[in-house]
This record gives sequence, C-alpha cells and structure tokens, in this order.
Amino acid sequence: MRILAMDSSGLTASIAVVEEEQILCEYTMNYKKTHSQTLLPMLDDAVRMTGLSLDSIDAIAVAGGPGSFTGLRIGSATAKGLGLALDKPLIHIPTVDAMAYRLYGFGGLICPIMDARRNQVYTGVYRFENSFEIVERQMAEDIVKLAELLNSYGEKVVFLGDGVPVYKEKIRECVTVPFSFAPPHLNRQSAAAVGALGLVYAKEGKLENARDHQPDYLRVSQAERERMEREKGREE
Amino acid sequence: MNEAKDITILAIESSCDETSAAVVRNGREVLSNVISSQIDLHKLYGGVVPEIASRKHIEKINQVIEEALKEAKYTLDDIDAIAVTYGPGLVGALLVGVAEAKAIAYAKKLPLIGVHHIEGHISANYIENKELEPPFLCLVVSGGHTHLVCVEDYGKYQILGKTKDDAAGEAFDKVARAIGLGYPGGPKIDKLSKEGNSDAIAFPRAHVGDSVYDFSFSGVKSAVLNYINGCKMKGQEYNTADIAASFQKAVTDVLVDHAMKGVENYGLKKLAIAGGVASNSSLRMAMKQACEEREIEFYYPSPILCTDNAAMIGAAAYYDYLNGIRSGWDLNAVPNLKLGER
Repeated sequence: MRILAMDSSGLTASIAVVEEEQILCEYTMNYKKTHSQTLLPMLDDAVRMTGLSLDSIDAIAVAGGPGSFTGLRIGSATAKGLGLALDKPLIHIPTVDAMAYRLYGFGGLICPIMDARRNQVYTGVYRFENSFEIVERQMAEDIVKLAELLNSYGEKVVFLGDGVPVYKEKIRECVTVPFSFAPPHLNRQSAAAVGALGLVYAKEGKLENARDHQPDYLRVSQAERERMEREKGREE
Repeated sequence: MNEAKDITILAIESSCDETSAAVVRNGREVLSNVISSQIDLHKLYGGVVPEIASRKHIEKINQVIEEALKEAKYTLDDIDAIAVTYGPGLVGALLVGVAEAKAIAYAKKLPLIGVHHIEGHISANYIENKELEPPFLCLVVSGGHTHLVCVEDYGKYQILGKTKDDAAGEAFDKVARAIGLGYPGGPKIDKLSKEGNSDAIAFPRAHVGDSVYDFSFSGVKSAVLNYINGCKMKGQEYNTADIAASFQKAVTDVLVDHAMKGVENYGLKKLAIAGGVASNSSLRMAMKQACEEREIEFYYPSPILCTDNAAMIGAAAYYDYLNGIRSGWDLNAVPNLKLGER
C-alpha cells in the first residue's frame, strides 16, 4: 500500500509518500509562504525526484482539521482534486491525532497544542500503551482548562505544536505534573505522520469518497456564532 | 496553432457565492454549465459571508465538477485544459477553486489557465452571440464590479472607467435593504419598479469630477436613504415602488450615458453588457433603445450567463489557450486582481 499524504493545517506545509515499510519521500516547510503557492510545487518536486507515478497511489490522506480554515481548505481541495482526477479514495486524518502519532511509543501523555486564538488551543490527549490510544478526542479548549485536565491525570506529559511558543509560560505556570516539550524534529505537523496513520485507517476501512470529503473545523464561522448568540439572546 | 482541432475546456468558478463547473468547446459551445448557488444560506445574514461561502464551496465542488462532466458526456480524459477563476473575488472562496483546478490539471497532466473573473463576464457574450468579435465596448455591472471596458482584442482590454465607491449591484442591495426588500436586492427592485413611477422622485445622477467614464453610486444610495429618513421625520408615508423605480432610473441613466459616450468617442459599433445587473430589465431596455438610436449592435447574455458561472470562464479561457497563456502550479488566488494583469 502506498499513500500520498499532506498537511497544510498550520504554518507547516508538508507532503509525503508513505509505504508500508518506509517513507518514500517527505517534503516539509515551516516557512511563511502561502500554501496555495507551495503545496502543489512541493508535490511536483517530490514526484519528479522519485519518478513516482501518481497512478501507483492507493489513497490520499489529508490532515482534515482542526487548523487554519484557509489552510485546511487548500489541503482538502488539493486532495479532492487529486482524488477526483486519479479516482482514488481519501483518508481524513484528524490533525491533532497525526501530530500525536509522531511521538509513537512515548511513555506518558502526548498533548499537541495548536494556537487557536481567543486564548484557546486545538488539542487532544493521547497515550501509547499497547497501541495508539486517544485519551481525549481533539477539541478546542481554553489553555488553563487544558492544564487542569492534564493535572487530573497525574501522568507526565509532552507538549508539541505551534501553541507551545505561544503558551509556554502559561504551561509552566499551570501544569503541575512533570512535562517536557518535544524537540524541533518532532514538534510540528508532518505529512509522514498523516500518511503513517493513514495506513492504519486504510486497513480499518476508514476511507471516504473525494466527493464527500470536507474539513472538520471544530468551530463554526464567526458569523454563525454571532447569529446563534443573537438568537439565544432573543429567547432569553 | 491548429484551429481545426476542437479544444474542450473544463472550467471552474468559485469567486463568490456560486460553485460552478462547465465544459465548453471552442469557447462558444457550452456542453454543460452546473451552478450550485448558496444564496439561501447568505440571506440569513443579509449578504455573502466569506467563511460560510468558502465552506460551502469545498463541500460542493467535486459534485459540481462531476455533474458538469456527466452532463457534457465527457470524462477528464477528453478534456484539453482546466480553467479556473483566480481573481478578483473573496480570497477564501477563490482558493477552493484554484487548489482544486491545480490538483486536477496536475494529476491529468493538462494545461492550467487562470482566468480573470471580469474577463469571464465579458466573454459570456461570446456564448450566445457567435458572430460577436472584438473590438467592442462592454459594460460590466454586478454586485462587486462596475467597469466600462474597451475590448480591443481577445484578452486585450482597456478600462475606460470604473466605480469610485459602491458597485452598481451593491447600491441595489443597500437600497433594497432600506425599503425592506431583503437580499439580493437587484431582482427585487427590478420587480417592484414595474409598479412605480420612475419620475416620481428626482435622485441625483452622479458624475465623477472630470472623468467622463467613472461611476459613483454612493451618492444616489445616500439620497435614497435621506429621502426615506426625511419622510419618516415628517411622519409622511412613502411609496416604495416609486423609490425603487426612481432609484433604478437614476442608476440606469448614468450607465447608459457613460456607455454611449464610450462607443461614440472610441468609434465602436458594438456594445455588450455583462454581470448580474445586466439582467436588470430597465437597464436592458434603456441600453437597447440608446443603441438603436445610434445604430449600434447591442449584445447581452441571458440571465443565467449574467450570474457567476463557469461557462463564461471556459469561454474566456479558450482565447487565452489559443494565445498560449498557461498558469504554473504556483497559481494563487488574487483577490484584487486587475483586469489585463497576470
């Protein structure tokens, strides 16, 4: 099985081709440029350098959210277009799950945090016992509440993600269990992890048609939120 | 350039609140033109909400493309190029179409052509008027744009004038809201105007400084709002049909006047209109009459081709294709793209 994977949910733009035994290639940039301009040229570079035939891909895995709304849609539309043109299924990988999967085998809790603004992070809590275990499903959460949640588990925890530089001080202040921060080669989104988790999903039959795929934003749009608040206000 | 061979283009448009895909042969023959409108969703907010529009585009885009291919009885293997609107428009909305089009073109090893949205509107006129060729003058009027353009050749444009503030369609929306008609305002004002007297109220015909061709619609919009407020303060009733008709006449007069100056000064024999407001019955009638008086050929697309649609993008892309224009894999959405720029 061979999976083309991509993640454009944050500042990271990443594409990878993942096989059962190895990563054929991975191209990751943490550089401020729009994914709209970089993602496809990155794929093109990788394809040309490996002489890969796109028809040999079995499925396309994409980080399906949460993340930057626009970034998610660039990844999704790219995956949907490829899926449509190549007639291949898509695999929707929750962004935070894939980030945690990078730290496969870590003995303790894994807590990716993505800066979600408004004092919130997109996060989740994970653990490896015998297999990859989702302790707390991905969510948008207040950073202080997240610290309280982690403290209640009483286990050591490793943080990663672009929320770390933003909330480092807050974490030092509020987290009472032993904690650490993942090093640079493991601390951001990676398409290789999306693809590796994609292999697991594919074996479990968690495939979707390119037509039906859409990102999971974890948040409604601001306009919808304000409208719902207004309507709620009227009811009260 | 081998003109004997048919060129069939799959075109994608997602610049605002319509998700559309079309299959167009040789620029003028529309094999399919599927449009998924989100208008009912945006009515709740009194206008287009960019984030909601973008979300809807990603939800619908594959379905719309698949339907367009199916209706045309084409597969991607029979397509010669992929075209997509890359600006101007809402950036988040544009990006969905651009990323999708790039991925399809890349996977199928097809040429990619980024198309200017206004160029698409202008080219909508080619579809039903097989004999229309440049040069001609085109008035593009929609909710987002008001441009008077001299189409010198395929892909070659000179902008004579544009709005300095509100687009014509935007003024329709705002006035419609003020008289309680709701969104979108254009068709509602058009309908209500038929019951009103267009000479009942003298709203201003604004001209912009020393520019013969530029437009300004915020003045007439404010005049309508002031008129309504004035009536309310005096406790007077006001006739919304008369307001609609008089406002529509004020806008139409200016559009026709500028267009006629354009054809006369540039010695053009053909005039086309395009964009959502080109469906307005009063504008069509007044422009037709003015053209007849001057023996100028008048062209206008049917209402479905006046709205945002992908067929017009496929029409424009055909001439870009013949001119050797190709976009790279780094094609980006350009929300403020200027006509004639790449």
